[in-house]
Amino acid sequence: MAKTQVTIPFREAGGPQLKHAPARLKFYVDVKRCIECGGCEVACKNENNIPPGIARIRVVTINEGEPGETNVAVPCMHCSKAPCVAVCPVDALFHRPDGIVHVNKETCIGCGYCLYACPFGAPQFPESSPFGARGVMDKCTYCAGGPEVPFSERERRLYGSNRIAEGKLPMCASVCATKALVAGDAEEVANVVRQRMAARGSGGGAWGWETAYR
Amino acid sequence: MKLIRIQSNGARESSPGWPAALNPRLDRRSFLRAAGLGVGLAAAAGPSLVREVEAAEEKVEVPQFEQHKTICGNCAVGCGFIGEVQDGVWVAQEPWFEHPINLGSLCSKGAAAREHVISEKRLRYPMKLEGGQWKRISWDQAMSEIVAKLQAIREKYGPDALMILGSAHHTNETAYALRKFAAFWGSNNIDHQARICHSTTVAGLANVWGYGAMTNSMNDIRNSRSILIIGENVCTSHPIAMQHILTAKEVNRAQVIVVDPRFSKTAAFANQFVRIRSGTDVAFIYGLIYLILKNGWEDKKMLTERTYGFEYLVEEVAKFDPDTVEDITGVPKRELERVAKTLADNRPGTVIWAMGGTQHTNGTSITRSYCALQLVLGNMGVPGGGTNVFRGHDNVQGATDLGVLSNTLPGYYGLGAGAWKHWANVWGVDYEWLKSRFKDEKMMQKVGFTVARWYEGVLLDPKELGQDVNIHAAIYWGHSSNCQSQMDRVKRALEKVDLLVDIDPFVTTTAILPDRQDGVYILPAATVYEQWGTVTNSNRDIQWRNRIVSPVWEARTDLAILLELAERLGFKDDFTKNARGSWKGVPKSLKGVKELPEETIASIIGEWNLGMRTIGMTGQTYERLKRQQEWAHVFDVKTKKAVGGPVDGEQWGLPWPCWTEKHPGTHILYRIDIPVSEGGMGFRARWGTTAPDGQTLLAAEGSAPVGSSINGGYPELPDWKTDLTGKVFEEALAKGLAPYGNGRARFNAWNIPEDPVPRHREPIHSPRPDLVEKWPTYEDVKDHFRVPTLYKSIQKADWVKEYPIILSSGRQVEFEGGGNSERACWWLVELQPEMYVEIHPKLAHDHGIKHGDWVWIESPEDLDGRPSRIKVRAKVTKRVSPDMVYLPFHWGGVFEGKSLAHKYPAGYVPYGLGESANTVTNYGYDRVTQMQETKTGLCRIRKA
Ligand code: SF4
Ligand code: SF4
Repeated sequence: MAKTQVTIPFREAGGPQLKHAPARLKFYVDVKRCIECGGCEVACKNENNIPPGIARIRVVTINEGEPGETNVAVPCMHCSKAPCVAVCPVDALFHRPDGIVHVNKETCIGCGYCLYACPFGAPQFPESSPFGARGVMDKCTYCAGGPEVPFSERERRLYGSNRIAEGKLPMCASVCATKALVAGDAEEVANVVRQRMAARGSGGGAWGWETAYR
Repeated sequence: MKLIRIQSNGARESSPGWPAALNPRLDRRSFLRAAGLGVGLAAAAGPSLVREVEAAEEKVEVPQFEQHKTICGNCAVGCGFIGEVQDGVWVAQEPWFEHPINLGSLCSKGAAAREHVISEKRLRYPMKLEGGQWKRISWDQAMSEIVAKLQAIREKYGPDALMILGSAHHTNETAYALRKFAAFWGSNNIDHQARICHSTTVAGLANVWGYGAMTNSMNDIRNSRSILIIGENVCTSHPIAMQHILTAKEVNRAQVIVVDPRFSKTAAFANQFVRIRSGTDVAFIYGLIYLILKNGWEDKKMLTERTYGFEYLVEEVAKFDPDTVEDITGVPKRELERVAKTLADNRPGTVIWAMGGTQHTNGTSITRSYCALQLVLGNMGVPGGGTNVFRGHDNVQGATDLGVLSNTLPGYYGLGAGAWKHWANVWGVDYEWLKSRFKDEKMMQKVGFTVARWYEGVLLDPKELGQDVNIHAAIYWGHSSNCQSQMDRVKRALEKVDLLVDIDPFVTTTAILPDRQDGVYILPAATVYEQWGTVTNSNRDIQWRNRIVSPVWEARTDLAILLELAERLGFKDDFTKNARGSWKGVPKSLKGVKELPEETIASIIGEWNLGMRTIGMTGQTYERLKRQQEWAHVFDVKTKKAVGGPVDGEQWGLPWPCWTEKHPGTHILYRIDIPVSEGGMGFRARWGTTAPDGQTLLAAEGSAPVGSSINGGYPELPDWKTDLTGKVFEEALAKGLAPYGNGRARFNAWNIPEDPVPRHREPIHSPRPDLVEKWPTYEDVKDHFRVPTLYKSIQKADWVKEYPIILSSGRQVEFEGGGNSERACWWLVELQPEMYVEIHPKLAHDHGIKHGDWVWIESPEDLDGRPSRIKVRAKVTKRVSPDMVYLPFHWGGVFEGKSLAHKYPAGYVPYGLGESANTVTNYGYDRVTQMQETKTGLCRIRKA
């Protein structure tokens, strides 16, 4: 299988592949492409064995049924200045050096501060007891497991799969129907975004353009 | 967005619980190596690579899985993915990035593929309804009882007392075997979902230019400069095709035009959205052609050299000036003009449609009008052009090709004596013996009941039917009963038959809908991921699908079940052989056998290779298909052509016609700018050389495929359909000729009843009674696919007074068809938990309905004068116009306000239950194919 550092398969991405090691891992959601097919949401459940009621990624539609209707897939954005990390009173949330924001479920007390802080509603609170499979707070791990021995049963049970340690990228973006959700090295992701913007130019061509500027 | 104050940059040097191997204190290089993202490692990492990661004190291994490339079992886009298996258990899915159609992408259904196998709701063992209770029985008991009953029914009423409802989810091999089975049983009462999905497309296209299939491909849309999407919601029904459409839009600046009664999800991505009244497509398309001709934008070369009957079209189109079109369709003149100009200015352009175009009483006219538009614009036989018909189920194209239809044998040979003799020849059986299986020769050649109306064969008096007995047994085999309109009549038929067998991986609506005490058997079938075989996607690509795991629980593959039936009915040995010899790997007895080996599948492929001459399903051998799967990465995404390797020059999926084992397959139909040996061809010379009006039906001088030894039109080559040696094809290709000739596309299909040239006709339940007089529906037909079919006699009534609202139905992205599989997967039900009706705010407010309220929807009476109704929640949205309501059609398990949950066997109630839209969809059937009219009905609503 071809390896790329961005979830756009090699035939799509421009420029030489694998030219350097990744610096910081990022998601990008192309709102001109997301079609609300739910592929990312289900792929996440499938890959990480997510119980009912938890959505590590969810797709939000605005202006439904009207010109300007837009869909956005919202995972944890693994912010560089992550507000959740800043507010967590017990330091359960932290950054990995590759930029992934992790939660340590052993430390987390389930206070929910992070939910207040997060602009995207990423932290999830399972209904089951704090000793349930997914613990107190659950969130998108960027498919990088958690602070446990990689591939251990414990990691799988508490956090889900660890694709990053396998040299793969997150499942949601890997299967995205229209390559709207892009994951990978920030620089590669930026390349994809730049290419798309260049191709589109101005005007976008969304329905309503003619009507709005007739 | 919320803003919060951040004191530090949030990064922390170290954190508790972070294992040493991934300790951020390590230098960057060693972290990257640990994470597997270092340059060398990532490049070297292969699927089977076991890489060890040094953890604090213990060694961990990357888990190793078996990997199986397979094809999604939901829709006809045909996406590939990889299933990962550990110790016989399907544990994960991986994207198949090299797959040329989907490049790794999946929609929610494809992403949930694994749950189809592991769902708690899988039917685990055969069951039987006894005294109103579901009882577990053994396979042996189930099969012996079913066969005994079938034989008794056959003896008493003859072979035509059985109806088989086959499936578009079967592989090509199963579909083919099922059609052969019906032939050996001795009845044409076999049909499948294609009847109610694209039968009007198949009939329409085949009557215009010869073949009834999508002409170009999903990938080819990347070459389009304009994309007209009419009656199809790509984002919801064929999500991955959006990848190609959006690329065309962004890279080519292609104009995307969506024409639909609803502002669909796809409309949100269009450059132009046109709201049309449901069922008025012919008027709209003729409006476009009217303007194209008026402005001289037509492709004169195409029209004069490669078409027949243009003057007939011109005469009909003349009636559709923009004012008339506006009155009929509701599309403002200015918008019509803009669309016409956009299509003329941006060629090549493609037309995409699905059920919004097909499910109408004049569906076959609608599909032909789309073809007419493309011919007039000269968009046929060119990359980026064509009629891109998006078909529904994963193998609906294949099951159609292989004739799981009541009107033809495999390969569209029809039911004439010649067709039977050809297939008897392929099967290596005696024609007289086959005939003896039927009631008589007449019934052998008479089209059977359809999926759309089979229940009338149970309910009506035999005097009214096209056969002299009722139907007494029905086998639903991978088919949902909630897909058929007039569901209350379906329910009564399911109650009345003596024997009802439902073969499916899940407990379906069919099993629980009828109110009955016994006589129902449910048999656990394997899902598509538990069987080997080939499937044909919408654009005729034949792909090999690997089995991921063996059938779970007591489930068996469809083929194993079928062969056991054949064995118990006493014709297994004749059944499993053909002119070339016996199928390989078939055990002596099928009793208790779960699945057949891959070599049996290969034998069946060989058999259809032998017989399927008409559409060139002759060159796609087992070996070639498997090899393509291995070499998927060498196929170009835009042309679908292999560059280098052992498959060099081949088209992905060897799309038919693929005449010989050397032929690359035909990516784009009717291209004359390349030689036949590379996939070139003219239109089919299917109707002889001269039309009844004396005009020629052969293409003009100079319009033959490149390298043709005859530089013009020519008729079909002798024996091309029946020569099993392959000589005719070889010689034709050597001379640069297409075996089926080089003819003209027909604007005037004189053989089509009432509408040789497509006509606008008001739906039977028209919301515009004032238009009915000018654009009436058809005359009633007495015996159409063995049932009486009413048109004019019921259109007369002024329905709209009592039922003033247009009723339409369609898809949700998470589900497919009757939704019996997907509603048993909670990953999907969680995203789409409930049935609803879409109502515009104005309509809702006028009826005192608020978002979330329960609403009754009532539809006009059926043939018995019974109105139907359903109770659903209101989704108030501007997607729909104020004169209509819209229902998703995947739901079942609730009937006229009452839950049927208690009728499921304990533990098998699906996660999602809801009212079936088809309880209220109206009466109405296409004049040519019996396609049900579900897109344009009438209803009334009130708050519950
Ligand atoms: S898979 Fe992609 S297109 Fe589908 S909902 Fe998610 S982000 Fe949107
Ligand atoms: S349902 Fe269709 S679009 Fe979705 S993954 Fe399957 S084949 Fe692809």
